[in-house]
Amino acid sequence: MMHHANIHCLIVSPRRADNARTRALVADAHALGIHALAQIEQHALYFVQGALSENDLQRLAAELLTDPVAELARWRTRDAQHGAQLIQVALRPGVTDPVAHEIVRAAHALGITNVEQAATGQQYVVRGKHNQPLSDHELHTLARRLLANDVIQHYALGEIEPTFPQADASAHASGIVETIPITELSDGELLQLSAERRAALDLNEMRAVQNYFRSAKQSVGREPTDVEFEMLAQTWSEHCVHKTFKAKISHQSSVNSHQSSVSSLQSPVSGGVVDGILKTFLRAATEKINAPWVRSAFVDNAGIIDFDDEFEISFKVETHNHPSAIEPFGGANTGVGGVIRDVLGVSAKPIAATDVLCFGPQDVDAEKLPEGVLHPRVIRSGVVAGVQDYGNKIGIPTVSGAIYYDEGYTANPLVFCGCVGIAPKNKHPRTPQANDHIIVLGGRTGRDGLRGATFSSMTMDAQTGEVAGASVQIGDPITEKGLIEVITRARDANLYHAITDCGAGGLSSAVGEMARETGAAVELKKVRLKYPGLAPWEIWLSEAQERMVLAVPLENITALQNLCETYEVELTDIGAFNDSGHVIVNYDGRAVLDLRNDFLHDGIPQRELKAVISNQLSVISNQLSVISNQLSVISNQLSVKQREARNENFNQRLLELLAHPNIASKADVIRIYDHEVQGGTVVKPLTGVMNDAPSDAVVLKPIGTRGTRGIVLSCGLNPEYGKHDAYRMALSVIDEAMRNAVAVGADPTRIALLDNFCWGDPKRPETLGALVEAARGCHDGARLFGAPFISGKDSLNNEYLGADGQRHAIPPTLLISAIGIIDDVNQAVTMDLKQGGNMIYRVGVWQRDDSFAPPLSQETPRVYRALHQAIRAGRVRACHDLSEGGLAVAAAEMCIGGRLGMAIEIATTEMLFGETNGCLLAEVAPNDCEAFEHHLEEIAHACQRLGVVTTNPRLEIRCDANRFISLAVEHLVTAWNSNLQSFDHAQDKSPVSDLL
Amino acid sequence: MKPRALILHATGTNRDHEAALAFERAGALPEIVPLHQLRVGAKQWRDYQMLVLPGGFAYADALGAGKLLALDLTIYFADAVNEFVGSGKPVIGICNGFQALVKAGILPSHQSSVISHPSSVISYQSSVISNQSPVSGLQSRATLTFNASGHFECRWITLKAESQKCIWTRGLTELIYCPVAHGEGNFQLADDAQLATLRADDQIALRYVLHDGGGANGAYPFNPNGSVDDIAGVCNPRGNVLGLMPHPEDHIFVYQHPRHTRGECGKLGLRLFQNGVQYASQM
Repeated sequence: MMHHANIHCLIVSPRRADNARTRALVADAHALGIHALAQIEQHALYFVQGALSENDLQRLAAELLTDPVAELARWRTRDAQHGAQLIQVALRPGVTDPVAHEIVRAAHALGITNVEQAATGQQYVVRGKHNQPLSDHELHTLARRLLANDVIQHYALGEIEPTFPQADASAHASGIVETIPITELSDGELLQLSAERRAALDLNEMRAVQNYFRSAKQSVGREPTDVEFEMLAQTWSEHCVHKTFKAKISHQSSVNSHQSSVSSLQSPVSGGVVDGILKTFLRAATEKINAPWVRSAFVDNAGIIDFDDEFEISFKVETHNHPSAIEPFGGANTGVGGVIRDVLGVSAKPIAATDVLCFGPQDVDAEKLPEGVLHPRVIRSGVVAGVQDYGNKIGIPTVSGAIYYDEGYTANPLVFCGCVGIAPKNKHPRTPQANDHIIVLGGRTGRDGLRGATFSSMTMDAQTGEVAGASVQIGDPITEKGLIEVITRARDANLYHAITDCGAGGLSSAVGEMARETGAAVELKKVRLKYPGLAPWEIWLSEAQERMVLAVPLENITALQNLCETYEVELTDIGAFNDSGHVIVNYDGRAVLDLRNDFLHDGIPQRELKAVISNQLSVISNQLSVISNQLSVISNQLSVKQREARNENFNQRLLELLAHPNIASKADVIRIYDHEVQGGTVVKPLTGVMNDAPSDAVVLKPIGTRGTRGIVLSCGLNPEYGKHDAYRMALSVIDEAMRNAVAVGADPTRIALLDNFCWGDPKRPETLGALVEAARGCHDGARLFGAPFISGKDSLNNEYLGADGQRHAIPPTLLISAIGIIDDVNQAVTMDLKQGGNMIYRVGVWQRDDSFAPPLSQETPRVYRALHQAIRAGRVRACHDLSEGGLAVAAAEMCIGGRLGMAIEIATTEMLFGETNGCLLAEVAPNDCEAFEHHLEEIAHACQRLGVVTTNPRLEIRCDANRFISLAVEHLVTAWNSNLQSFDHAQDKSPVSDLL
Repeated sequence: MKPRALILHATGTNRDHEAALAFERAGALPEIVPLHQLRVGAKQWRDYQMLVLPGGFAYADALGAGKLLALDLTIYFADAVNEFVGSGKPVIGICNGFQALVKAGILPSHQSSVISHPSSVISYQSSVISNQSPVSGLQSRATLTFNASGHFECRWITLKAESQKCIWTRGLTELIYCPVAHGEGNFQLADDAQLATLRADDQIALRYVLHDGGGANGAYPFNPNGSVDDIAGVCNPRGNVLGLMPHPEDHIFVYQHPRHTRGECGKLGLRLFQNGVQYASQM
């Protein structure tokens, strides 16, 4: 197969062929329906090209590419594997292969200078059960479902031809600019043009573009170039400009919606028209709360609040859903990289990462998935690996998050990536000056992510993977680490006047945004490329990762250049800011784009949308065939009253809840993230005597800060409520984030919130109606708690048009992330029971009504303030919030944390599993009970003593003197850990039913 | 006088700040020095009394953890590293730094005469290689390979200081409790004879143990990665160079202890650094 004499392939195999990784591959294959597979070996392939002697090859293998203690290697020959079935996998052309680059660099360093190019791949040696070979069909299925993602990789049954990074590119950047005739088009042709170029612009927007180029009096009077059209399409994309959140929405109610929880906080909705969700609800709440410690809300790349007198902290949460659906590793990887750059974009040092992930059920039948949809198990493992790879390598602890399963996420997973940063106060400059140079730092530009902004604004279909193939890429965390080193030092030396990251839209978005109040002139030929052949519009729009744009005065460029050399970061000067009010882009001195700022940024017509507000979202959901039974286990608890009160029933039910994927331990994911790097993780994601119980929130003490102050991070998410009542979902998830933060010791008067809406197609009035209701809930919830929004993001059109012609939409999903302050990290409280004999209290007003989603008591903010005072006074030994699965699950988790028992009594059986808002359990030492109760006594029904902690490790919950739950803590632990796919639990998995 | 500690920062190093803080609290004067500054001569190795290779992912761990940093050390800085190690100054490699020291052939036993070029560190069994024959026969002694679990793992483990030859671990009677955070920390030796040599030579500096200090005997998760003989750290025959996978620099404050909210404290990692700093001060 190796036709080219100068291409050599080294096969490197572990000496121990049967290992945990190959066993996991076999398990994955079986789960994906390929049952004939018995065994698989995974080998690395290294391709090198060049006139290499035997000695060169031997040295490459021995000194560079093989670990001789653990691995074996052989150079590939024609008949390499006698009788074995092989699947070889390699990257598609244009996909970044960072290892290949290192091979060439290191080979040259070793003096083997004839190595010209390198590439990497994998080889799988497959064996069937009973020594039966797999059929070709089975091999193809194995390759497609598990071993090779068609979007970035190709495979062969047998030997594969590698693609070297530069092999298929033409000699030079193309320089080709097309003119796009638009001024004479009819409405139909305008829409056709929008669709052809995947611009995702509607008719009004296309007309606005047409009018701009028609208008002679605005001294345009010509046809646009492709560079101009593409820049407009992306600047006006939903992703960048949030058209739906700024739209004028007229709405009608099909049923009465909830009144605001507190009448004085009634949302300002009048006349059935919402003039912009963002302005009316989210920003309005922040403005009304007017917290003095908010330093920047909604205007910067990340929201910023005060930390102490010296530092400010920033927080941003982004989504990367569509890229993660088609290439889970790369999508999640670059999602993490992107949000870290957002924090760098406010001149802050990133100190923590968060990730909240929503997937389809892991046991879906692979045969029943829509065409073009990856199996949820493959999506999950790829996404988790992508988060792990970026966060661990860049050295930012991934500390907080959640994983949620629902059928509605099968084709459209959600990947929320967050990042927290810290910076000295008043060191983030925001204003580019005329004549400042436009400096690009970091990675080179390729075809990566082209049209990602518009791609993420469209509904996916079976072809999306194919079309978007070129737009997917793997991140490069080490290059971004270099950016952190350079930018934090450049900030301290006052080397720049403004900074922003290259995200969706690439340079066009970054430079366009920075030049908004001034103007800019760019020479595209100066942009450094990964490979030749790019057209000017591709260079301008490319979303190549790991790039930042800075406005740097001429006199500082040398100092910045020196910093860049020290930390091995590339610096490119691509132009200058000016006061022209235009963005002008040249290619090799020839103008390829000239757009006026006012049109570019303000020329987009406001969208007018219609919404229908309904509490009966299930009607819509049914139409969309996404109604999920995922949480039926939990919802069934609500009808618990009608059930026969047999002990076994409740015991069984609690164990099932603890083992439910949405409640059970996520330790197998948490532990593959480095949550300790930077040395500041004070309350860790897992806690308790065995370090295996779920923390309510994490506490960080950033390295380099003085005193005892810390940061608290928490989140709230409940799509199940979203399916039924979007308004109450919003209140509930705000409350969940607040009470999680308060539970570990956060000051409830110093908590800021971030909103992330992931929704279906807003052009459907019912879907938009739910969005309006959720935003209204955000407003009311934020005001109730006095917790301002400082940043937010929406990801709409999370729907998938399957090959079956059906639309698959996600449940309405709102993630609330909270960032708070704890004055003394030594006073942090964890959820694990501490000592037998201590008292257990229910804190908060327990309320339910006949709605699926629980109400939120107006007293809740007072409860949290009182609880916080009790924590500050040292009266609380453990504290845990009631969420999914209600009081019984919360009590069980506290027992797991302390490996201690609990004997408590509750008033009604409904209180056992029923879900509520605003409630927690608290452990208080007997000596502190009086003082503890005193803190809460002024709030009616907010504090009730339920029982005691027992040294006998057994959970006993009684109601009216009848025993309801009685379970040994070790059984709770086993149920809670039963889903772990990790090494330690592989051997001792037993079904829940065996535990009774 | 406080010894100056060179905290080496390669592209992808990421636990440099914690390492610097630990050395500062242990009484040294730490300085984070980018490799580039040593390469161009802006900083000099000889100005430092201690060398620290911190954790991270140097060069993204392409081609194996620590591999490319090891090439830097053996190609560009062979003389400087030889001199540093050979003069008996304290050297410590943590996690990625340990991986680099092993792959550079400096640990477990460094023969300074052969480090000048890596091709001489390892010798070949056969000089004629046909396309059919596997590439093997290298006489490298040790490696840090993929965890037995097959994946990266971050969890707190307990360490026992064993070697009395190693200037970092000698006299440490208290256990150390600290996190591991690695995917390639499985310490393996080419054969049993190597293990016997390490034992006989008192080069096993740190072992993973049960919480009470009892032997882990390979039991997961106490031994988190499957390392042979529960080895968490080894020193060179002279005892001045220590490499270890865990992160004692991440447990230098009481509030970092996972169960400080239960009143648990102690088993700080700081003592290890104090030992090394004390030794450097007396040199």
